[in-house]
Amino acid sequence: MAENVRLMQGNEACTMGAIAAGLDFYAGYPITPSTEIAEICAEELPKVGGRFIQMEDEIGSIAACIGASLTGRKVMTATSGPGFSLMQESIGYASLCEIPIVIIDVQRMGPSTGMPTSPAQGDFMQARWGTHGDHPVIVLAPGNVKECFELSFKAFVLSEKYRVPVIVLADEVISHMREKVVLPDPRSYRIPHRAEPDSPAGYKPYAADQDGGVPLMAPFGKGYRWHCTGLFHDETGAPSGKASVADALVRRLDRKITKNAEELTDYFAEDMEDAEVVVLSFGASAMAALSAVRRARKAGLKAGMLRLKTLWPFPDAAVRKLTAGAGTIIVPEMNLGQLALEVERTAHKDAKVIKLGKVNGELFHPDEVFTALKEAF
Amino acid sequence: MAEFLDYFRMERLPHIWCPGCGHGTVTGALVRAIDKLGLDKNNIVLVSGIGCSSRAVGYLDFDTLHTTHGRALAFATGVKHSRPNLKVIVMMGDGDCAAIGGNHFIHAARRNIDITTIIMNNSIYGMTSGQYSPTTPQGMLGTTAPYGNVEHEFDLCELAKAAGASYVARATSYHVTLLQEVIEKALVNKGFSVVETLTQCPTYFGRKNKIGGPVELLNWIKDRTVNVKAAAVMTPDKLKGKILIGELHKVERSEYTADYNEMAAKVQRTFATYEGGNRGCASNSD
Repeated sequence: MAENVRLMQGNEACTMGAIAAGLDFYAGYPITPSTEIAEICAEELPKVGGRFIQMEDEIGSIAACIGASLTGRKVMTATSGPGFSLMQESIGYASLCEIPIVIIDVQRMGPSTGMPTSPAQGDFMQARWGTHGDHPVIVLAPGNVKECFELSFKAFVLSEKYRVPVIVLADEVISHMREKVVLPDPRSYRIPHRAEPDSPAGYKPYAADQDGGVPLMAPFGKGYRWHCTGLFHDETGAPSGKASVADALVRRLDRKITKNAEELTDYFAEDMEDAEVVVLSFGASAMAALSAVRRARKAGLKAGMLRLKTLWPFPDAAVRKLTAGAGTIIVPEMNLGQLALEVERTAHKDAKVIKLGKVNGELFHPDEVFTALKEAF
Repeated sequence: MAEFLDYFRMERLPHIWCPGCGHGTVTGALVRAIDKLGLDKNNIVLVSGIGCSSRAVGYLDFDTLHTTHGRALAFATGVKHSRPNLKVIVMMGDGDCAAIGGNHFIHAARRNIDITTIIMNNSIYGMTSGQYSPTTPQGMLGTTAPYGNVEHEFDLCELAKAAGASYVARATSYHVTLLQEVIEKALVNKGFSVVETLTQCPTYFGRKNKIGGPVELLNWIKDRTVNVKAAAVMTPDKLKGKILIGELHKVERSEYTADYNEMAAKVQRTFATYEGGNRGCASNSD
């Protein structure tokens, strides 16, 4: 079989990764720079027995996805900042009710309508904390087109495994960029699916151990007749106002993700072993950063590159370990320093964290990061 | 009686509704309609939003989905579009349906998606203790309308009809036989069906407006309504200020999931050799 080499756009790769993972329901609302994802789903899903629907807004889109996931479908929606904000309430619903769902957020300049549709990375914190209450989510950030495919696939694996919303935090540059991608052999895909119960007898929809267990999920329409509610609920699914039930539930949901933080950690590292100055970034900013780090190395400077692919849960242990020997950490990001806050929290106390924020709607030029690197030595 | 208890999750009772609330009457009518039609319990998904009305689904023994405020129809659209063989029923309040959920309501009607929607319209936000809603009659009191509601109210049946619903009826918690009858017809209709039910909220609407308790409120509802059949022979003078009840609209119109299935079948015939998963490019390297 010939190698499956393609010239692909980031959004196309995201969609193909999702379809490879078994995506069979998409609901969305048009918004640049994410719209190609909806367009490709509208074209492809009917061919494979999937369903597409263009909803009346982003709130309806994520709601329809959750409804579809409850019937056993693998679901996804895609949007950008304004639409992502509208989806937040239902991200909380999916977190609490433990409904697998994948959301692609292709970031653009904000706040508000901003400067459509220049790139930005201002949703780093929104992706984690956008909905109210303590809640579990996983956030992945592709750094090139191939990773759009891989992380979109992985988002389904994790979403189905942990029954959480998984957000793929892309940006306008990564999503509209075209690159050569070598796709894996479709026969190698292992399509993920949530663990389901065997029989309705004695089924308790939220029975799980308190150490962050994941309950079995019965599809609607198969005789289980269970109750799904956004109210706090006990293991039978019944609404509960008891302090003990609420405490156990919120802690289990949190533990479900935090106890697996190391397994969820994913990053790209280059020249980190002896790096005195580390550039730590994600997404499109990391492309310029990597170029600058390589130039610095050529110039004899001990620079290193750390690009996060898992943003949340924040990879505390990995960042701490990999930056242990660095005196300075430069954090280029297309916002005013959201990732840098986590780096400050995580890095050793003597490390100097330099916020290299950019909010003019333009991508970093490698020169900008290189200049910051030179100054840091 | 006993056979209807089979549709309830007895362990979840007693319910949270106030004494004299009309929502139980509507829930009872729905259960009797389901029983009469002999629908399969395992094939029904009941969806609700937020508010007093939304609690109905938690007491009923089906797959039940208690969602966010105003979004029940959007969640239900996902369920129905995924599995068109399921019977999907939505229960909403007036604020839930017509204020925060108004957009989903008109678009579900426009698509004519096969969902049966029961609106429990008590003209007030009960769960938050008595604020005026889009169906509070002009001039009446609410905690946020202390000098009388200055806004015009929605006619939800006219709205549903104009937006494309294929079955629209109105009943009340006083006219229980009619209520069950139109729910049955709505369940049978293949398309977006709306049954608006005027119900009483003695705790907030009745008390605030000094109408009285449940009995006085039911009489108040009865006196404001007139059956559409009787209305046909009444003078405009006599009909002034009256709300029509009964079957208000029924039309043949193609249904969304059926139309989608037809489109998908056509696409699948066209791409019969398609292997799936990679835009048909598994074995070439263009």
